[in-house]
Amino acid sequence: MSSIVANFDLAKGKLARVKGRKIEAPEFKAPIVRRPTGRSLDSFTGWRRENGRVGVRNHVLLLPLDDLSNAACEAVANNIKGTLAIPHAYGRLQFGEDLDLHFRTLIGTGSNPNVAAVVVIGIEDGWTKRVVDGIAGTGKPVVGFGIEGHGDIATIARASYVAKEFVQWASELPRVKCGIEELWVSTKCGESDTTTGLSSCPTVGNMYDKWIPRGIYGVFGETSEITGAEHLCKARAATPELGERWYKMWKAYQDEVIEAHKTDDLSDSQPTKGNIAGGLTTIEEKALGNLEKIGRECRFIDILAPAETPASGPGLYYMDTSSAAAECVTLMAAGGYVVHTFPTGQGNVIGNPIVPVIKISGNPKTIRTMPEHIDLDVSGILRRDLTIPQAGDALIETIVRTANGRLTASEALGHREFSMTKLYRSA
Amino acid sequence: MSKPHLLVHEKKDTVGVVVVEGLKAGTDMLGVVTHDNSDFRLTAKMDIPIGHKVALRDIKKGDTIWKYGQDVGKATADIGKGEHLHVHNVRTKRW
Repeated sequence: MSSIVANFDLAKGKLARVKGRKIEAPEFKAPIVRRPTGRSLDSFTGWRRENGRVGVRNHVLLLPLDDLSNAACEAVANNIKGTLAIPHAYGRLQFGEDLDLHFRTLIGTGSNPNVAAVVVIGIEDGWTKRVVDGIAGTGKPVVGFGIEGHGDIATIARASYVAKEFVQWASELPRVKCGIEELWVSTKCGESDTTTGLSSCPTVGNMYDKWIPRGIYGVFGETSEITGAEHLCKARAATPELGERWYKMWKAYQDEVIEAHKTDDLSDSQPTKGNIAGGLTTIEEKALGNLEKIGRECRFIDILAPAETPASGPGLYYMDTSSAAAECVTLMAAGGYVVHTFPTGQGNVIGNPIVPVIKISGNPKTIRTMPEHIDLDVSGILRRDLTIPQAGDALIETIVRTANGRLTASEALGHREFSMTKLYRSA
Repeated sequence: MSKPHLLVHEKKDTVGVVVVEGLKAGTDMLGVVTHDNSDFRLTAKMDIPIGHKVALRDIKKGDTIWKYGQDVGKATADIGKGEHLHVHNVRTKRW
């Protein structure tokens, strides 16, 4: 098949071609970093927000308070180019701790430094104002609209005028040079297999071992998925008292959620079918691989509730999250993290609307069959021609390039999974 | 070092992970223990997919399975050295 090409080097590979009815996977691969190049990795350029935090993306967000307001937000996003609506399923008749988490997630998402400005739309004014006031605490521009008494069409029109102002204003905000210690980097793995514990998870761990001492904020979580490695996780708390507090949190999930709701055991869910296809046999084996993400040296300095913003200074935190990828990344983004590192074995395709999700894989089969989803190939670790410290350096370079603006695979592919965690059914 | 067929985390482990695609029964596998980079040979008794585990010694029903130097479950059947080890012959001790 001939191609019309200008200013682009096709010599690295061939475009997709069709043979009979079978469409072959394209041989062209995005330039995946395999080796560190030694370029300067001490700084990046980002957007310094009104509260001093630094973002690596510059989104104007259309944030629905509730499920009923998704349509209006999506209509505004259609009207005003360069804005981003993040529809979700909840926000009506929630109460207690579940409602607190709902507000914390929405306010945290709007407050994330990757977001320049926010338009909130809700069915009524009261709770809409609560989200607006929460985000306004950061000092960034935020405006809310209630639909009742106006209808969708008038609301969409009013919100569109504001969104247009915001997006034009945001488009002129300059990137400024920042030290890497201003990065907040989260981690959670998915579609894990035995290669994640051998390669991609220790790669993230090596990055944290190098960067936590430099003063970044890190976070890991996945409470159900520590099961089998809880003794090791508890020992990684900065103090024995924090370790005890962590263990009580982990045990409460076992007793109050798993034991209360399981029908047989969790063998059909944890490990997942994908994990099992990839060779993981038990939750203990999965947990031990998972915990490789916090490296050899790091200790966590505090425990965060889901979507809670760290308040104990730079360091590694534990967030009490689900192990479901989109839910977990959504909660960490709401906590204020601006870049996510995501080891995968079998090829989880997740992304997030406001935070770039960097995929790292060491599984050569996944690299071969779905390379468009992978940002960093560390399969050399399995061949013993790439060491874990070298892989850690390659990840650091990938993070800096991503912070500087390189789109991740999930961003280029349009993965914007915004999944709110719900604790129990609504009233 | 030539490319290994099998990686093992710790000396104490009783299982290793196949890290090559299309491993066939009868292959004289090169295994490497990542903890100290020591190597060994082991014959695969079965075709084993990439990412799946191989028993490094004869394992009896009820025995604890060791990986990462840690307890990762128990055998629900006898497993011979070089055989495929997975959900059909190993189970969690949790839940």
